[in-house]
Amino acid sequence: MSVTLDIRLKRANKVYHEGEVVAGVILLVCKEALQHHGISLNMEGLVNLQLSSKSVGVFEAFYNSVKPIQLISSNVEVAKAGKVPAGKTEIPFEFPLNTKGNKVLYETYHGVFVNIQYTLRCDMKRSLLAKDLSRNCEFIVHCQPQKAKVVPTPVNFTITPDTLQNTRERTSLPKFLIRGHLDATNCVISQPLTGEVVVENSDVPIKSIELQLVRVETCGCAEGYARDATEIQNIQIAEGDVCHSLSIPIYMVFPRLFTCPTLETTNFKVEFEVNIVIVLHDDHLITENFPLKLCRV
Amino acid sequence: MAAVQWRSRGRNYDTELQRCRPEAAPVEFGDYHPLKPIMVTDTKTRRGARKGSTSSSSSSSSSAPADPLSSMLDGTDPLSMFASEAPTISHSASTGDLGRKRREKEEEAVGQDFEPWSSKRGEILARFTTTEKLSINLFMGSDKGKAPSPGSAVSEKVRTRLEELDDLEEGSQRELLNLSQQDYANRIEELNQSLKEAWASDQKVKALKIVIQCSKLLSDTSVIQFYPSKFVLITDILDTFGRLVYDRIWTMCSDPRPLPESFTVDDVNDTAKETCLNWFFKIASIRELLPRLYVEAAILKCNRFLNKSGIQETLPRLTAMIRGIGDPLVAAYTRAYLCRVGMEVAPQLKDSLNRNFFDLLGTFRQISGESVQNQLVQQRVEVPEYLTLYSPAINWILQCIAYRAPEPLLTEMMERCKKLGNNALLLNSVMRAFRPEFVAARATDFIGMIKDCDEAGFPKHLLFGSLGRSLACADPPESERLTILNEAWKVVTKVRSPQDYINCAEIWMEFTCRHFTKREVNTILADIIKHMTPDRAFEDAYPQLQSVIRKILTYLHDFSVLFAMERFLPFLDMFQKDSVRVEVCRSIMEVFIKHQVEHTRDPVILNAMLHICKTMHDSVNALTLEDEKRSLALLIIGFIRMVSFGRDFEQQLSFCVEARATFCNLEPVLVQLIHTVNQLAMETSRVMRGSHSRKTAAFVRACAAYSFITIPSLSSIFSRLSLYLLSGQVALANQCLSQADAFLKAAVSILPEVPRSISVEGKLRSSESFLLDFINNFLATLLVVPDHPEHGVLYLVRGLLNMVQDYTWEDNSDAKVRVYVSALPLLAAMSQETYLYSIPKVDSNETLYGGDPKFLSEINKLSETLIGQILDHLKTLGRDEQSTRRQGALAFSLFGVLLAHGDLRNNKLSQLAINLWNLSHKHGYCETRVSVRTLEYIKHQALQPDMSHLTDTVQRLALQSRT
Repeated sequence: MSVTLDIRLKRANKVYHEGEVVAGVILLVCKEALQHHGISLNMEGLVNLQLSSKSVGVFEAFYNSVKPIQLISSNVEVAKAGKVPAGKTEIPFEFPLNTKGNKVLYETYHGVFVNIQYTLRCDMKRSLLAKDLSRNCEFIVHCQPQKAKVVPTPVNFTITPDTLQNTRERTSLPKFLIRGHLDATNCVISQPLTGEVVVENSDVPIKSIELQLVRVETCGCAEGYARDATEIQNIQIAEGDVCHSLSIPIYMVFPRLFTCPTLETTNFKVEFEVNIVIVLHDDHLITENFPLKLCRV
Repeated sequence: MAAVQWRSRGRNYDTELQRCRPEAAPVEFGDYHPLKPIMVTDTKTRRGARKGSTSSSSSSSSSAPADPLSSMLDGTDPLSMFASEAPTISHSASTGDLGRKRREKEEEAVGQDFEPWSSKRGEILARFTTTEKLSINLFMGSDKGKAPSPGSAVSEKVRTRLEELDDLEEGSQRELLNLSQQDYANRIEELNQSLKEAWASDQKVKALKIVIQCSKLLSDTSVIQFYPSKFVLITDILDTFGRLVYDRIWTMCSDPRPLPESFTVDDVNDTAKETCLNWFFKIASIRELLPRLYVEAAILKCNRFLNKSGIQETLPRLTAMIRGIGDPLVAAYTRAYLCRVGMEVAPQLKDSLNRNFFDLLGTFRQISGESVQNQLVQQRVEVPEYLTLYSPAINWILQCIAYRAPEPLLTEMMERCKKLGNNALLLNSVMRAFRPEFVAARATDFIGMIKDCDEAGFPKHLLFGSLGRSLACADPPESERLTILNEAWKVVTKVRSPQDYINCAEIWMEFTCRHFTKREVNTILADIIKHMTPDRAFEDAYPQLQSVIRKILTYLHDFSVLFAMERFLPFLDMFQKDSVRVEVCRSIMEVFIKHQVEHTRDPVILNAMLHICKTMHDSVNALTLEDEKRSLALLIIGFIRMVSFGRDFEQQLSFCVEARATFCNLEPVLVQLIHTVNQLAMETSRVMRGSHSRKTAAFVRACAAYSFITIPSLSSIFSRLSLYLLSGQVALANQCLSQADAFLKAAVSILPEVPRSISVEGKLRSSESFLLDFINNFLATLLVVPDHPEHGVLYLVRGLLNMVQDYTWEDNSDAKVRVYVSALPLLAAMSQETYLYSIPKVDSNETLYGGDPKFLSEINKLSETLIGQILDHLKTLGRDEQSTRRQGALAFSLFGVLLAHGDLRNNKLSQLAINLWNLSHKHGYCETRVSVRTLEYIKHQALQPDMSHLTDTVQRLALQSRT
């Protein structure tokens, strides 16, 4: 006897905001009538924090602070023990997305050390002989748009051998002059990151110019914290020896789920940065770093 | 039985004819039409005139019921009714069908006059080839981090699927080395197939991976000569992908009813939008620039599902992003692809096309940059060759821009090119892409610009080639034409390499033929000959030379002018490879037959055409196919038919003599020649109104002699027989008695050579029926042939019958006897006082013998012998059970002959007839209807005066009772 259990949300993109109602149906398909001991539906929003392996030793003391933070949770019994008729059964449900107390619903975010996730979980209890059925379904929460208007402030940059820090042998560096600008560093998450970069001149041909999107996740509390920067994605914007003094567009779409508006709480922080990476033909790597502030409007 | 006595029935052909003629019934033509509703028509036949018709008058009448044809004629006909219904029908057509129609329609939006990419495709593939070894390097799922998965908001399901895929193909980095060009194309096609398969089996991620890996191949410029072809192959895959994605999202919205053609974003449901958005997010996270660009361009059209201005915003962005591609060649082709997609999806967005072109101009200096030069040195590619690699891309971009572009824009483009120091590569593309009319109007300017170009990069003859191509389609101002030709030819004639020279000269030929006279064409031909003769350079340029001939033939239809050109025939002499030579001759002949309307006697044409035909004829050898021979023969015959010397018949005859000598290997031509000569003889007779003078008599005899000596060289026995007969008839008509005799005798003498079976259309068939036909025809002619004074009476008839007797007929065949049966009417006709027909000015036997009893008795004796033979045969047939049917049929036909031609007043004959009747009915194979009608006919005949004896006979003819 086969039975499938599924959760279908009404919205195709599964995106909800605080105060809205998560609506959908539980879908049961079975060939024959099905006996069960009750169906329940559970909604939960959690922040999972994890410490990177390199920091575990140092911060063992904070172990407690790394346990999941619950943002929202509610439970309903969908059906009492009984029978589901053969065929397709749809059980509609609705959950209001309301927080208790002063808790805030953070935006869904999938990171390395910080994960903010909202799930619906449907369980069907069955008799001893048959396995219980369960189904998970993630839905996405977008935080409320920020009220303040974002005024884009362009950031100009010029990269020459002289502007570089962290160089080991400054003398062996080839000459180059790279100019450009980012249209804004306080970015709207739904809009791409834009700007321009111009290779004015370079003694060694350029191999590649890339945009590296980096997340900086900080977990901790008053006693101390762990801060880790990891790459989200790397987008090449120029390949090969590009034409000099011709502006090349900087364009990057912020990936969904892996980015969220910059977040700062007492327990953890999620921030983003972008690196403009210029690789020269002799494998010299030139990086210019820009911290970003993401927001949603 | 030999005692049968033959008496022919006396006939009066005139009165018989009178009796048979139906009364003329006037037909009112005014409203008579066979397709009109059936009218009442009356036909009256004179009573008893027709054999066996019982009703004296037959009438058919009908009141025109609903005639299916006429009812169609008023109102709408069914086809136009369907046509008017068609639009409503197509609404209910399946979605797949709709999808196709939709695509077709959108292509139309660009207009028919836009040369589509598909037509360029083949050309590029054929032009950019390499013998070097190629390699394909595909990383399938090996670079997890770079795969599109991390950036995409994929559902749980997709993610697990993705992982499965990774497992499946983990590290399946395939590097295929040492591929030949063909292998490479095959591999790419395999990838195209696996893309479709992956898509069909719902492995969308795998499909995307294939596409990404393929577009990555485009950043590899090793074996640079092959790059344009590689681009063509790989963009095919991208196109497939774009179509698959679009159609998939389209069908997602097609529930419950298909999207309308001009759907807006509001018509698209959320699921479809989400799927579409997913694709764009996935693609936006592709790490490398080139695949990201190509794949996004491939699904550009899907922007329509998301928002109104999507395409409009994306095109300029992608255009700008291409600036990030360092290699100028790769960038140029990426632009070409973007323009191609742009033209297909949003042809109205001209700006980004222009933007692309200006960016291209902006990066032009890179070509002379260090990176490119290093690459060329490494790959050992010369700069001119490298530059030509750009032309398909630049041509395409310019073509898109130039399409329906206003004049000022084109002028601006030209100015920009000028500013770049008349870059030859650009100039070339401008000339190829812009409207020929535009180029033609400024031809002089262009020539100036071409002259100013620096020679180093791009060969000038290519530039002149492009200019020539435009001028071949559009006409420059009249006053400039000669200057243009002179200027252009000055450069063309200096081209050293024969191959380059002929490529260019071939193009300019069209311009020359269009606007100038034979003098200029002749000069150019002379120049071509001069260039192509040294070192037999023409051997490598046959296609181009052929195309030169074709162009001349398109514009010059006056063959007297054509052949009067001094250099035309020497030009033809350059075609020294037999097959090509024949092909050229053939094309000339085809044009000649098509365009030469008047008969000609122009010696220049005749000589040249004879020469050409001889070339075709001489190409025939033992290995030539039958079809080939036939078509060659047809062409030559076409020529012979066009030759006419008017009243100069002798000249015509001597032409035929010459033609016979020239075309002796093609039988159909010889047959045609014999017909021509026979026609000539008859024409002479017509001109002389039937009575020849001494001179014309000699001439027609010469004609006869011509035929007589030509016929034996034919191998087909039946052509020989029929030509002998025909020529004999012609000779008779021209009062050449001995010649006619000789023809007929010759025909008789070759009768034994007729094989028992001949091949008709490749199948072996018995020749018997053909032979019988011929003999009957021959017998009919013999009636008017007068006996030869030196030979005995009925010399030819006897000769023929002897041959028939000696001929080895098929076993179990009645053919011989049937000939005998049909010879009887001839003999009967010969014994009449006045013959049924005769030839003017030729005395037939009727006059020669004047009804001499001796002559008549000869005839009768011969008839009796024949009847004896027939009866013997009937007896033989009677012995065998199986042949009784044949016996009956034969007996009945002899009965018919006796009835029609024999004098049945003679008791013995009458008795014989009755016996034959009984014999034919003995075994019951006789068709009763025929018997009944025969009896009725006899009864009618009996009503005639002096036919009353038939009344007795008929009473003795018993009808077989049906049992």
